Amino acid sequence: MASAIQTRLASTHRVAVHADATRSGVWVGIFAITMSFAAFTSALFVRQGSSDWTHLAVPPLVYANTLILIMSSITFEMSRRAMAKGLESDRSELRIGVRWLWGALVLGLAFVAGQYMVWRQLAAAGIYLATNPNSSFFYVFTGMHALHLIGGILALVYLIARLSGKGAAFRQSLFESTAIYWHFMAGLWLYLLLVMRTRL
Amino acid sequence: MEQQSVQPAHVHAPPEGFIRKYVFSLDHKMIGKQYYGLALTAVFTGMVLSWLMRFHLVWPNAKIPGLDIISKAGAPGGVMTPEYYLSLLTMHGTLMVFFVLTNAPFAGFGNFFLPIQIGAEDMAFPRFNMMSFWVTFVSFVVLISAFFIPDGPPISGWTAYAPLSAVGKDAGPGLGWGQNLWAISISLFCVGQLLGSLNFIATTLDLRAKGMTLMRMPICTWAWFITSCIGLLAFAVLLPACLLLILDRVAGTSFFIPSGLVISDRLQNHAGGSPLLWQHLFWFFGHPEVYIAILPAVGIVSHVLINSIRKPLLSARVIIYSMLSIGFLSWMVWGHHMFISGMNPFSSLLFSFPTLTITIPATIITLIWLGSLYGANLQINSASLFALGFVSMFVSGGISGFFLAQPSIDVYLHATYFVVGHFHMVMGVAAIFGIFAGTYFWFPKMSGRMMNETLGALHFWVTLIGTYCIFMPFHYLGMAGNVRRYSSFVNDFMAPLMPVHKFITIAALITGAAQFIFLYNLIHSRFWGKPAPENPWNGTSLEWSVPSPPPWNNFGGNHPVVYHDPYQYGVKGSKGDYVMQVSPETVEGEKT
Amino acid sequence: MGKFLAVVLTIIALVSAYPIITHKYVQPEDISTHGHAIDEQMSETMAEAGFAFLGAQLLLAFFIWKFSGRKDGAKVTHLPGGAKLVVATAFIFVGSEVLALGILGQKAWAAIYFTAPKPDALQVQSQAGQFAFYFRYPGADGKFGMIHPDKIDEGNQNFFGLDPANDVDARDDIVTAELAIPANREVQLLLHAKDVGHAFYVRELRIQQDYVPGLDLSIHFTATKAGRYEIVCTQLCGLGHYNMKAYLNVLSQEDFDKWMKQKASEQ
Repeated sequence: MASAIQTRLASTHRVAVHADATRSGVWVGIFAITMSFAAFTSALFVRQGSSDWTHLAVPPLVYANTLILIMSSITFEMSRRAMAKGLESDRSELRIGVRWLWGALVLGLAFVAGQYMVWRQLAAAGIYLATNPNSSFFYVFTGMHALHLIGGILALVYLIARLSGKGAAFRQSLFESTAIYWHFMAGLWLYLLLVMRTRL
Repeated sequence: MEQQSVQPAHVHAPPEGFIRKYVFSLDHKMIGKQYYGLALTAVFTGMVLSWLMRFHLVWPNAKIPGLDIISKAGAPGGVMTPEYYLSLLTMHGTLMVFFVLTNAPFAGFGNFFLPIQIGAEDMAFPRFNMMSFWVTFVSFVVLISAFFIPDGPPISGWTAYAPLSAVGKDAGPGLGWGQNLWAISISLFCVGQLLGSLNFIATTLDLRAKGMTLMRMPICTWAWFITSCIGLLAFAVLLPACLLLILDRVAGTSFFIPSGLVISDRLQNHAGGSPLLWQHLFWFFGHPEVYIAILPAVGIVSHVLINSIRKPLLSARVIIYSMLSIGFLSWMVWGHHMFISGMNPFSSLLFSFPTLTITIPATIITLIWLGSLYGANLQINSASLFALGFVSMFVSGGISGFFLAQPSIDVYLHATYFVVGHFHMVMGVAAIFGIFAGTYFWFPKMSGRMMNETLGALHFWVTLIGTYCIFMPFHYLGMAGNVRRYSSFVNDFMAPLMPVHKFITIAALITGAAQFIFLYNLIHSRFWGKPAPENPWNGTSLEWSVPSPPPWNNFGGNHPVVYHDPYQYGVKGSKGDYVMQVSPETVEGEKT
Repeated sequence: MGKFLAVVLTIIALVSAYPIITHKYVQPEDISTHGHAIDEQMSETMAEAGFAFLGAQLLLAFFIWKFSGRKDGAKVTHLPGGAKLVVATAFIFVGSEVLALGILGQKAWAAIYFTAPKPDALQVQSQAGQFAFYFRYPGADGKFGMIHPDKIDEGNQNFFGLDPANDVDARDDIVTAELAIPANREVQLLLHAKDVGHAFYVRELRIQQDYVPGLDLSIHFTATKAGRYEIVCTQLCGLGHYNMKAYLNVLSQEDFDKWMKQKASEQ
């Protein structure tokens, strides 16, 4: 999984081979997070066997938020393509690539804000964390996902910072790893939405 | 912008200044030593707790001087209350399982030696590594602080079964803020471990030097790698479990608490939760956790043993495959902690079979060790004494597991001292012997000084005989029906067994005292021990090819190249009966 | 020192195994119908474990004795058969043990858990709460009244929270602090937890079962010998856990009937 990274500094060529474990790191992290959500899911399956299991209608705003999150993944992918083109031929594409990243960031923040608004909506309807077991799981799932997404947002902020300004430098593995994590967050969300929609 | 020549994160500048060198260090070696120091603090604390417990069991009305200063409520006038006994029991278990056995053999030695043994300059993510230690440290402080709150530490055991652990202070002393602190501490511990495991896995996969194939890694490196894989997934389950427990405790949810509970005359305001859910989540973590505790010791002992017998094992590969099998099977057996828990009795049979099957790889490992001793040129030193002691303990502790793996026998032995004897022998003794073996073996490399061998031998003899005296009788007590987690023995059938308990307590006090010989040896040698050469034990793996102690970047900026598998002993080498992994000389008959 | 280690390990092994070899270990008498199967399995496991234990420890000691303290430059040799022999031995030896005990064990387990209680089994309910056991017999109507947790009043001896005023079935329920049963009659014990987890353990009955709050569990057994036996709690339930016990009185049918009549009049 290690990659050899080549450097090209203007007209000079220098090949330095260093192992970069960033990609392995992000996959290992994804594995762990998946396991945690598997634990939460199994808790749900056990809990739903109790007689006090009721029904929670997933608020419609959640679907809008989902769309926003999917769009943020798409913008990330647009950025990746622009970056690839930029490194290969047209350098102006690199700036466009960073702009797409800004788009992903804004959409990611919008998702988190939107989820917070969902929580406010539920509270207004008198549905809190401990109201019933269904609401408990709703808050736990959405809260835990948002927490991990915020981690991704922080990584994305770091990535944008590394790609901007005077000392800007592009590190393939950092970009890819952030992208992989971001897409994982979207995929995880779709999975959680499915579970909540069918089980809550 | 430029496409970056990455300065990989694991290549960092030489540390400067006291804080960077000794406190917030990015250097895996310092972090390893920090983990080891934390484990040392935890183990002596845990040992003192066990003394207090053993003392109380045979002299329940004794006034223990100073105890009332630590806890006025727990020991008024110095006489321990039943609830304080349970607090000590809970903290003893929590400290030992988490802060000693997950820290020292794995995070401690693993951090120090894994990068060196694979030829890397540092771990893949030094900043995460530093964070992992400090998060663990904060976790330790949070746990210990439970001793100093008015209500004291929790009394629910290290297993914290719900609803006892979930309903709050109605259920008893220590179950208010004490249990909260416990849950917060363990949650933090999970985070620290996850960060650590992440590092171990990424480093092993990506940072191996040229020629260091996976099969050329020493057995202890493999053990750390497998342990980190298990740890990654196990702690990823414990963390959600602790979170749900905290929510039940403070947020009014009912994940683990059913309806209709009347505690302290108060009807609890919860409904629908499942106490068994906690047990499933906890043990799904808890069983792999005990393999996290033992596998690094298995690796370290193999590593030390090979060096001591001056020949390779019958097959290092078989040991590695056996460790992998144990790691794999460890996920399927958690229900053997729950045979009579009220879960579907058919599941009990299902869990029993893989549990019994784990005996096979464990036996293979033991027989490989024994078979390798045949024809050996066994060198006796403190490290090898503890390694050999480990083999004996592993057999003893493992065999008692064979009883408990059968549900119908477990009906009788569950929650008796038989179980306590079993897990103390494998974890409380064998794994600790692994830590001792590693310490005596690697202290010269870590500190640049030799430990005192006479003191080491004395430490060994008292500890070997002492621990057998303490824990072997536990099994017989269990067979007589001696129930565990009792602060006093008031049952009719216990009276004739009290002399055995007295014997055990005295053995425990003596054996515990001997550990101070080790502590003294450690500290004295650190400052005044004989300077250690680069390769005091004529070892082959990469740690013996660097100075004692190694420089900040391990290999002085060079990239080592590996030519051999890790255990070329008993061969004609340029330096003696061994050939180092980094030595370019050829070995007759070696498959390249 | 190697030789000394070999001697010490030998002594430790023999001393440890002595109670097993001489069958001197303490085990309470078995007063149940299913206990014999458990004891047999225990014996079988003891024999195999004892053999494996002694074999491994003595082999370890022997090899340490023989191969330590050798002269300088001693040549190392390898076990004939090598790793293959070891792996084969492990698979065959342990594999057959696992199969034997697994299959044997299944019968003993099934006898406890996979057989339904006889239709005419004596039904008794047991409630475990911090820190006492209470027992309830259904009385003449053969029905248990409902438990109302909010009506539990220990001061007035209403341990189960019964409501005889409104609940007909509860009126003839007999609540006791001791579990009396007739010998040689199957008993179905219903387990109810009042507050936290507890467990029911009678050594001589070879029975142990957790009480789980929120779950209705039951076990059934038949006691074969009259006598007074201790029931102890084995699941950590709080500060009084060590002292949480009750007594099982196994009586002749005649004595049991007398006892029931007396208890009924005391309600």
